[in-house]
Amino acid sequence: MSAISRDEVAHLANLARIELRPEELDRLSGQLEVILGSVAQVREVAGDDVPATSHPMPLINVTRPDVPRPGLTAQQALAGAPAAQEQRFRVPRILEED
Amino acid sequence: MSEAKLTRRTAADLADLLVKGDVSAVEVTRAHLDRIAAVDVTTGANEPGVHAFLHVATERALAEAAAVDAARAAGEQLHPLAGVPIAVKDVMTTQGLPTTAGSRILQGWVPPYDATVVRKLREARLIVLGKTNMDEFAMGSSTEHSAYGPTRNPWALDRIPGGSGGGSAAALAAFETPLATGTDTGGSIRQPASVTGTVGVKPTYGGVSRYGLIALSSSLDQAGPCARTVLDAALLHEVMGGYDPLDSTSLNEPVPAVVAAAREGTRDGIAGLRIGVIKELHGDSEGAGGYQAGVRARFDESLKLLTEAGAEVVEVSCPSFTAALAAYYLIMPSEASSNLAKFDAMRYGLRVSPAGVADPSAEQVMAASRAAGFGDEVKRRIILGTYALSSGYYDAYYGSAQKVRTLIQRDFAAAFEKADVLVSPTAPTTAFKLGDKLDDPLAMYLNDVATIPANLAGIPGMSLPSGLADEDGLPAGIQLLAPARADDRLYRVGGALESLLLKRWGGNLLDRAPKLNDGRLEGATR
Repeated sequence: MSAISRDEVAHLANLARIELRPEELDRLSGQLEVILGSVAQVREVAGDDVPATSHPMPLINVTRPDVPRPGLTAQQALAGAPAAQEQRFRVPRILEED
Repeated sequence: MSEAKLTRRTAADLADLLVKGDVSAVEVTRAHLDRIAAVDVTTGANEPGVHAFLHVATERALAEAAAVDAARAAGEQLHPLAGVPIAVKDVMTTQGLPTTAGSRILQGWVPPYDATVVRKLREARLIVLGKTNMDEFAMGSSTEHSAYGPTRNPWALDRIPGGSGGGSAAALAAFETPLATGTDTGGSIRQPASVTGTVGVKPTYGGVSRYGLIALSSSLDQAGPCARTVLDAALLHEVMGGYDPLDSTSLNEPVPAVVAAAREGTRDGIAGLRIGVIKELHGDSEGAGGYQAGVRARFDESLKLLTEAGAEVVEVSCPSFTAALAAYYLIMPSEASSNLAKFDAMRYGLRVSPAGVADPSAEQVMAASRAAGFGDEVKRRIILGTYALSSGYYDAYYGSAQKVRTLIQRDFAAAFEKADVLVSPTAPTTAFKLGDKLDDPLAMYLNDVATIPANLAGIPGMSLPSGLADEDGLPAGIQLLAPARADDRLYRVGGALESLLLKRWGGNLLDRAPKLNDGRLEGATR
């Protein structure tokens, strides 16, 4: 049984917002199957009694006093924008057409 | 002083010369810019350049150098490294200088702010020469995944310089800069150092700020110094490191005294220190195959030198390391798929409209832009990460990988009961040929087998040259690992081993590299 199907890769690419050409899908599916086949061994290493570690260091929440401080100006923030209008990011439509 | 003499100097030497007034910062900077112009640029099919740099900041560097000279002449108290040139990996944001992380999706982007590391370099008034090439978003071990073409290894221009920080390592090995910055998620500082005959250090996680680093895998990424000597790496480490309130994972404690440790190691040696050889990462043990004979020979030779110098060598076992690579290639892509979601073509970076679609939606533009802006390896890892985090697979893949991470931490903890420092070869092989592993992602991933465990556990690691492999005459590296927060131990042992090896070699290893002349390698490639 293959670890991951071509349809599944197409679905994942859609979730990740990456448009893949058919030949890219073919190539990636094959490669991902090999990679997943190799990394699947992690499932057999640790028993239920082993806790998960998400981070190498003990983490504590870091806060600072809620005091205003200078940030980027609108001009700086928009300097790399693909499109801007009235000191705002101009983006393509986000809603479906009626 | 001639250009050649200045570019061969260490950062420590240059700092001395600058403080004494024997050379000016402008002279030092110009010498390195001239060297970059001579060897970095490809001038024809038969004259390939090293291509360590994606951007050279010629005028700005010279202006900053002139300002340092003026400040020194006026008697201002400057940082000891003020006026020493440095190259910055293109994954670090630099205000006013292009930053691409090796990706097409950020082509032409000029960040409005400096990464904290870059701010610290500027405050110490080091001279930023430019930005160095890297695998796209630091995904790779060869720098071949850069959207702007590969960097070539100065030891043999048809070979890879390692990755992802191949640009920084190659720039050092080609004497284009005395110092460079790197980031290490699974070995991106240490493996390039190993295959170029240079020194690279991944500090303890949290030791250097991640603010302004374009994130690959946030729980693994760590910035660190790249240099040609252990002392130079230590000098840069102390500039880069320290607490940063802008990074919530920054360690709020002083930088370990690494410069003092490097000097002590060189001067006093390492008698009585316990050195642990990791069985699973040593070529002789079962399951640790794939180590090139010459890499193993140089490693064993270094061990012998350490033993003769009075260190006690013991064997330690870290059984879960055999699953480290698998765990890494689930955790890293998972975090990467999340981190790279910000490249949405809305606020900065490439925006591409899908062909043949009238009035496309934001979602369609996003998918078309990411398709055009990301390379193959980035797409592979984003999809792999999306899979590992998806409902139904999360526990089996990401969850299991996190458990392996716990086991690896336990293995390290047990090993450090028996040894003060652990050692292994840094990379299984010397530099391979450009193109050799490009179509086989899994073979490429194996380059990081020895470096990944340190990232999963958050501990510091160093690679320094162990010599040249007999079979191909190319550099091999030895990796030193220390417990979290004990970065100074790396420098103590590294300083000691470096001086033992220098005696054995009768000079610097990099002096044996072929001469690069006007971008052309004299003599044949190997």
